[in-house]
Amino acid sequence: MATSTVLPAATGSARGAAAKARSRRGGLRRKVIDNLTGHGFLIGAVLCFAFFSWYPMVREFIMSLQHTHRGVTTWVGWANYVRIWHDPSFAAAWRNTAWFTMLALVFGYSLPFIIAVVLNEFRHAQGYLRAVAYLPVMLPPASALLLFRYAYDPSDAGIFNYLLHTLHLPTSQWVQSKAMTVPSLVIASTWMNMGGSILIYLAALQNIPGELYEAAELDGASVVRRIWHVTIPQTRLILSLMFLLQVVATMQLFIEPLILAGGAGVQDSATSVVYLMYQHAFKQNDLGGAAALGVMLLVVLAGFSALYMRLSPKQD
Amino acid sequence: MLIPQFRTVTALAMVAALGLSLSACSDKSSSDSANGKTTITVDCPPQKTDNGGKSLAAWNNDVAAFQKQHPDIEIKTISVGSQCDNPPDFTARLQGGTQADVFYGYMTDLNQVLDADAAADITSYLNSSNIPLWDSLAPSVKAPASDNGKYYGIGYAGYAMGLVINKKLFAQAGLDPTKPPTTWQDVATDAKKIAALGNGVVGYEEYSAGNTGGWHFTAELYSRGGSAVSSDGKKAAFNNAAGKAVLQSLHDMRFTDNSMGTKQLLTWPDLLTDAGAGKVGMYVGAPDTIKAIVTQFKGQYSDWAIGPMPGDNGAAKATLGGGSVYFFKKGLTPAQIKAGIAWVNYEDLTPGQGQFNYVEQKSEGVPVGLPEPQNWIPGSDALKKDNDLKKANTNLNLDDYTPYVNNPVNVKVEPPQAQAIYAVLDAAMSAVLTQPDADISALLSTAETKVNTLLSQQS
Repeated sequence: MATSTVLPAATGSARGAAAKARSRRGGLRRKVIDNLTGHGFLIGAVLCFAFFSWYPMVREFIMSLQHTHRGVTTWVGWANYVRIWHDPSFAAAWRNTAWFTMLALVFGYSLPFIIAVVLNEFRHAQGYLRAVAYLPVMLPPASALLLFRYAYDPSDAGIFNYLLHTLHLPTSQWVQSKAMTVPSLVIASTWMNMGGSILIYLAALQNIPGELYEAAELDGASVVRRIWHVTIPQTRLILSLMFLLQVVATMQLFIEPLILAGGAGVQDSATSVVYLMYQHAFKQNDLGGAAALGVMLLVVLAGFSALYMRLSPKQD
Repeated sequence: MLIPQFRTVTALAMVAALGLSLSACSDKSSSDSANGKTTITVDCPPQKTDNGGKSLAAWNNDVAAFQKQHPDIEIKTISVGSQCDNPPDFTARLQGGTQADVFYGYMTDLNQVLDADAAADITSYLNSSNIPLWDSLAPSVKAPASDNGKYYGIGYAGYAMGLVINKKLFAQAGLDPTKPPTTWQDVATDAKKIAALGNGVVGYEEYSAGNTGGWHFTAELYSRGGSAVSSDGKKAAFNNAAGKAVLQSLHDMRFTDNSMGTKQLLTWPDLLTDAGAGKVGMYVGAPDTIKAIVTQFKGQYSDWAIGPMPGDNGAAKATLGGGSVYFFKKGLTPAQIKAGIAWVNYEDLTPGQGQFNYVEQKSEGVPVGLPEPQNWIPGSDALKKDNDLKKANTNLNLDDYTPYVNNPVNVKVEPPQAQAIYAVLDAAMSAVLTQPDADISALLSTAETKVNTLLSQQS
């Protein structure tokens, strides 16, 4: 009896499960068909990312564990990482990159915001001023940096030294001075790149409702307090995003040292992590070492981004 | 209804286009025996803009003449940019396997080419029946294309460094331009006198960045009897009296004599730009740099002369030699290898034709008579024939090159892992030229450690 009572229930349960599975499969199929267009559009982007972003990352990691000699590739474990760690330029590359990133944050991050705030106050010729601010971005980076090379001429023929000399200020050796190399790179980089940031900040500033400023003014808030209590909170999202992008971009410093300081500068005063990768890959025929360094940079930047996103206050 | 259908079609079209694009990225290789002909691709022709297009036209004429002589061979030319061996492009091509069948490289590139498994062993094809002047080719030109007794390419366009001088500045400084200094001590003395002319003139200019500093350090080390690496190629060999003398001499000229200018961290085009502007009294270089000064940096042939590499209180013990190689891509058929060798022989290794067609070059306004390239064994018939043809067609004052030609210096090839070693030595060169308090012993010790580490890895 027990069997007769249990069996129909079990059979019913099995039928129900089968029906549910069919229903799920049918639902899934329907969903796939319904979203075919969406998937069609998506697959292009996914394939592009897969081929040009994800695959190179995986390949880089694999290469970082290999050594190739006379066409024979062998697995060497973490040997490339150990070797790169002991490269005499390794510490200098990270130190310079960190120093550049810090200075670029102080100047390259804050200066465009200040300029954008000032530009936003103009009631006339704002379009013209925006174009002027954006002009340096239109110059190819190599051309802009070649101009800076002439400007950084350590003799009085260089425009910066000429100006300093005219103002009776001490001149500088710029990229030929170990102490001044990274600041020189920051000046050039900030000038080249801030136009884009200014436009983004301006767009954010123009979205702030004017009533907020009016209310602050009625409450007797000074300009500084209006910026602190209205402008910055209202542009927090864009400031937060730009901070992250700025750090990720500046950590990949390459073209500035390459063109302004011949790559390494004076005794590695300009060597950056990416320039060291370039040296290993293209000058030293050491693709494994370059890949190991690339993975290290990837881990550092991914770690920083994850930490930053976690610590950032959630946006409303 | 139309809109969703349109979207679906667009989406499918995008996927198809992407697929086609990706498939188009796949490697294309030249075919053997297409239309009954053996087809090969060759890179590094002259640029369209070189000499107003005349150089490329001459190359195309050479290809046509060669194909007429060899109706069973078809040459396809591939341009790879103005600098045929720009390191990032070159490495990328090797790694991607997209190099031409017969591809250009520097004489320092063999290790990279072999590590990428990119070149074929052509040893069995290199003989006097395929290259009639093979036995006259200088060992310094042949050796950089060989490893463990096997050849992977054919060296050509060899060079040997000397001391290039600006005759006009020499004369203005009261020096005799027909007698370039032959010792480093004389170079320092003359540089001081030239720098005293002022107006931004530099007595002696030197590289210190982009691997060129290490390259010149090695050349100057050779001239003092030194060597960059030990004879077995496994250890650095420059941390000694000769290495210190190179750096000390430069440091003294830069900071004691003030004869080297303040602008440093110079790379190849920087120095030649200054030279083209008439601001450089002397520099170490091969004869082909004079051609570059004129054709690329607006200089005048009549301003320049070249002497032998200076030595330490006497003639130089050796001078650095290098040049170019045509490598042969791995996987070529025997017919393609033979066709490639026939082309290289025609264009680069036969006096009177190709790059040695001085009649044609003279008519194009190309300078004829520079003591380069240096491909042939001294005293060989090939060298004599080449020199005779040069003399018969020269459009230069050959006296300007007599000190260099009449005082040949033993040519020493570049060290193994040359570019990596040069990159390390750049640091020492840049320091002595920019830091008044540079510690030369410490610089050499650091460089030695780096180079030893580097050499120990390359096995």
